[in-house]
Amino acid sequence: MVEKRSRTPHRPCSHSLLILAALATLLAPVLRAQPDRTAPPRPGPPPALRLPPIQHYRLSNGTNVVLLERHSVPIVQINLLVRAGTSMDPAGKGGLASITAAMLTEGAGPRGALEFADAVDYLGAQIAASAGLYTTTVALHAPLSKLDSGLVLLADLVRRPTFLAGELARVRNERLTTILQFRDDPDILASLIFKRTLYGEHPYGAPSMGDAASLASMTVDDLRIFHAAYFVPANTTIIVVGDITGGEFMPKLEKAFGEWGGEAVSPPPVPPVPQKREKTLVLVDRPGAAQSVIRIGRIAAARLTDDYYAIVVMNALLGGPFTSRLNMNLREAHGYSYGASSQFDFLPLPGPFVAAASVQTLVTDKALTEFVNELRGILDPVPDADLERVKNYLALGYTGGFQSVAQIASQLEELAIYGLPDDYFNGYIGRILAVTKSDVERVAHRYINTDDLAFIVVGDRKEIGDRVTALNLAPAKFLTIDDVLGLAPEGGK
Amino acid sequence: MRRLSVLMVIAFSLARAGEPRISVSYTRFTLPNGLDVILHEDHTVPLVAVNLCYRVGSANEKPGRTGFAHLFEHIMFMGSKDVPVGKFDQWLEAAGGDNNASTTDDRTDYYEDAPSNALALPLFLESDRMGFLLDSMTEAKVNAQRDVVKNERRETIENVPYGLAPILIDENLYPPDHPYHWPTIGSMADLSAASYSDVVQFFRTYYVPGNASLVIAGDIDPVQAKAAVQYWFSDVGRGAPVPPQPVPVAHLTAEKRVVHEDRVELPRLYMAWNTPAEFTPGDAELDLLAIVLAGGKTSRLYRRLVYDLQIAQDVSAAQVSARMGSEFWIVVTARSGHTLTEIAHIVQEELNKVKNDPPSRRELERAVNQYEASFLDRLENIGTTANLLNTYFRLTGNPDYFNEDLARYKAVDPCDVQAMAGTWLPDDSRVVLSVVPNGKRDLAAAKEAR
Repeated sequence: MVEKRSRTPHRPCSHSLLILAALATLLAPVLRAQPDRTAPPRPGPPPALRLPPIQHYRLSNGTNVVLLERHSVPIVQINLLVRAGTSMDPAGKGGLASITAAMLTEGAGPRGALEFADAVDYLGAQIAASAGLYTTTVALHAPLSKLDSGLVLLADLVRRPTFLAGELARVRNERLTTILQFRDDPDILASLIFKRTLYGEHPYGAPSMGDAASLASMTVDDLRIFHAAYFVPANTTIIVVGDITGGEFMPKLEKAFGEWGGEAVSPPPVPPVPQKREKTLVLVDRPGAAQSVIRIGRIAAARLTDDYYAIVVMNALLGGPFTSRLNMNLREAHGYSYGASSQFDFLPLPGPFVAAASVQTLVTDKALTEFVNELRGILDPVPDADLERVKNYLALGYTGGFQSVAQIASQLEELAIYGLPDDYFNGYIGRILAVTKSDVERVAHRYINTDDLAFIVVGDRKEIGDRVTALNLAPAKFLTIDDVLGLAPEGGK
Repeated sequence: MRRLSVLMVIAFSLARAGEPRISVSYTRFTLPNGLDVILHEDHTVPLVAVNLCYRVGSANEKPGRTGFAHLFEHIMFMGSKDVPVGKFDQWLEAAGGDNNASTTDDRTDYYEDAPSNALALPLFLESDRMGFLLDSMTEAKVNAQRDVVKNERRETIENVPYGLAPILIDENLYPPDHPYHWPTIGSMADLSAASYSDVVQFFRTYYVPGNASLVIAGDIDPVQAKAAVQYWFSDVGRGAPVPPQPVPVAHLTAEKRVVHEDRVELPRLYMAWNTPAEFTPGDAELDLLAIVLAGGKTSRLYRRLVYDLQIAQDVSAAQVSARMGSEFWIVVTARSGHTLTEIAHIVQEELNKVKNDPPSRRELERAVNQYEASFLDRLENIGTTANLLNTYFRLTGNPDYFNEDLARYKAVDPCDVQAMAGTWLPDDSRVVLSVVPNGKRDLAAAKEAR
């Protein structure tokens, strides 16, 4: 399948239940009348609709539970959110949180890895565990009719993983091979070097999977210690969304997790992000590449900044939906790319702002110039019509993030991670609509500073090197893939 | 007209006990100009999904113009008589809507998700380009999207590891005159050759209301939605009948071995066969066989190659279903130090086993259960539901084919899987493609004495 554009337009990842229900207020046209095509039909006013309330419970061992009923389809999503992430990886053990999460599904309770997988698949359920910077999410997605059996498996996985050495050796080799395969993929290379250029040795700059050396050092004891320290009730929020009621489901959850014990260990504090930033350009050579993969950005804003809504609006103008400036320039006006975009990655500490595109090799320098033009252009006052359009896009289109139980559960995760209030969703549309022109100008100046940008280009140095350097964007550094990922192990070449 | 709302009481019904039945209610009517319309009411979220499917794809292309159906899809966003260039996206976004489109061998879909108070807008936009695209078409518009599409080919195929493999498989699986022989994205040379007059001719031939079906699903009042469709599409002319398209049968008569060098670290093996078309006998059995072979850790190929022997990094298998005929694929990436000959040998052993003996009842039930659960997931997203209603309508004439579709899987017996593997996955008529690291042709799958 071949699509009009390469990506789903970015929407901020937290949202509401307040939403526009809608009577079909549109026209009530007279049948057979010749349609009036002189102007686009105007939508009627969007009436508000409230999704069911967020319910809060606490298991007898102190585990917090957040529950939202959704009765449209008989399925249930449980996201068990544990405050255990890659930012807690000990020195020299990069990738520990990630491989601990992966190993949860490789044997738990009475079942070995294969038996466990067979049990999950037989239910038609899905169980997955993955680690982010601060949290690990263990997710169960199951038909309502299989929920009770799925819950038993979920509890085993979280409480009683076996962490066998043989399974660890296998998963380690799988990951070493994955790291080898990173060499093939220019997008992954660009993302890895972008993070590292911005954050250096800070946890935000580290590859979540670790590297060959840290993986080689990993033992099952490392995993057991990490799991025992962080996978405890006081560190956990269980999010339940789907075709259940709190009254009938809570006793089952109590049975599965109520006797789970363990004392929470405080995670090591994540150090502040680097302050001193210098303009830099890094070109990773990929001879013969059909396109250059571009990432441009800087360390920007933390999730709980007061500027959050203004940044969301400003970024939507710059590189959000299809009509955003980067896409209209690089794709529609110049034909350099299949699509260009930008985003802010909001984290507890200031996360990156990044503008990105893949562009035809021969126009790499011209494309970089257009990126810079747009990053400077967004500093100017934005036209009222553009601001209106993008605010409406974000506010009115908001419902789309609340269709599936998995979507709703991940929205609720954000509330839990950042301690946002239950009425957060209800206020979202109003806060977006309240963003002013001067707010946008202020946050553009504050967060799209063009004096300390990092420019990453992964492409054919022979074809593009001289012309890119001639732009004088920043002091240039030329790397090979080996510089980014280390030498490929023997046998891999 | 009150009658309609009575027919659409429940979004879908699912028996809570006993045999589950998935059924999606709808109403259907045909406009005087030939446009088929299907309405589905579901008020879970205040959204509407509009899915407009034209029965045209890369299979309708002429030699020397591969990629044209998809290029045309892009051109459809360049404005029409009453929609200046750029306004299609601007107006939809201002109403809180998103849109996209997709092209396959047999079908081109245009879709919008919008808040339900804005339903009239996508209907205006879609009717305007269905009726009056050419009123504002220019050579420059064609050229602009030609460059975008060439970059789409670079980004999704040429700059992607193993990206050319699907194109190579189709080139070898189908004879040159078969419509599935060439890729939907097209060749760079043919994209360069596409002209303004091609656009005019393609539009007049295929973009007529009788060759399309429109689904509106979600938070609608069906009476008002029907009136809105009648209003906006009433001035779209009927156009000429679409010429019938022959459906050739593709059948290899030999095993074809192909080796391709790519900028990759590890060799990857692809095996592909011609298999029965979507919704025809054998299609569901082969879907289930794909899970038995490569769905999950306990599947046969995963367990042997990745879990036990640890000579492969990943495996996958799929029955890739399509209207004129499907393809069954097995894909395995070797670990460092292992050749595709070694991998192919194990794959062949597992193929022989499943041809000689039926899978166990538990293996099959596990696969069927996964299919059954996936049917529920499909109903969670209104855009997905709209797409399925159109797919079912196009291929079976019945938009609410959900239950019949699921019943296909539940009716399969282990012996059926064995029989279909024997019939459709022969060793002597298939494509065996080895994608190897540059300069490492020795890693390719060599022909073995059997």
